[in-house]
Amino acid sequence: MLLGRVIGTVVPAVLVDELSATPLLWIQPLDREGQADGDPLVCADGTRMAGPGQIIYWVSSREAALALDPWFVPVDDAIVGLVDEVRNYSSEDLA
Amino acid sequence: MILARITGSVVSTIHHSIVDGKKLLLAERLDQDGKPTGGYLIAMDAIGAGQGETVLILDEGSGARQILDDDKAPIRSIVVGIVDGLYGA
Repeated sequence: MLLGRVIGTVVPAVLVDELSATPLLWIQPLDREGQADGDPLVCADGTRMAGPGQIIYWVSSREAALALDPWFVPVDDAIVGLVDEVRNYSSEDLA
Repeated sequence: MILARITGSVVSTIHHSIVDGKKLLLAERLDQDGKPTGGYLIAMDAIGAGQGETVLILDEGSGARQILDDDKAPIRSIVVGIVDGLYGA
């Protein structure tokens, strides 16, 4: 799983039937410091509670299909949870 | 499996039910000298790994689901071992 920030909501006009009940959000992947890292992508929202500005963590590939309810819809990226806080241990703690 | 170092954790209240009661760890990938490569991943803890520890992470979905004993778990990365030592050739 990787961190991401929701940067927008995708409103489809036409969609395959299998995806019709799936909220789609536009995500900017983040590195572990919270800086943008890589190209934006569209994630299905398994939590159905994420919104623009929210930090989330997401999975890709087959695991994405499992994150949703109803499960096993044809998606390649999905949000698994919303991030309250990322705790980075201090370098003294890690020494 | 990959070698990584636990450098943080992710706190989450709203999440998929499989994450309930589980710890999500921020793991920094390590190169062959044991230095961070700059890459990271968020892995679920299966064995009680903690800060600063070098761990073995299984980064494959079917194996993770087997460990979690849930064939619908949307989890790919799971901490499966704590490394005591690494000895290069």
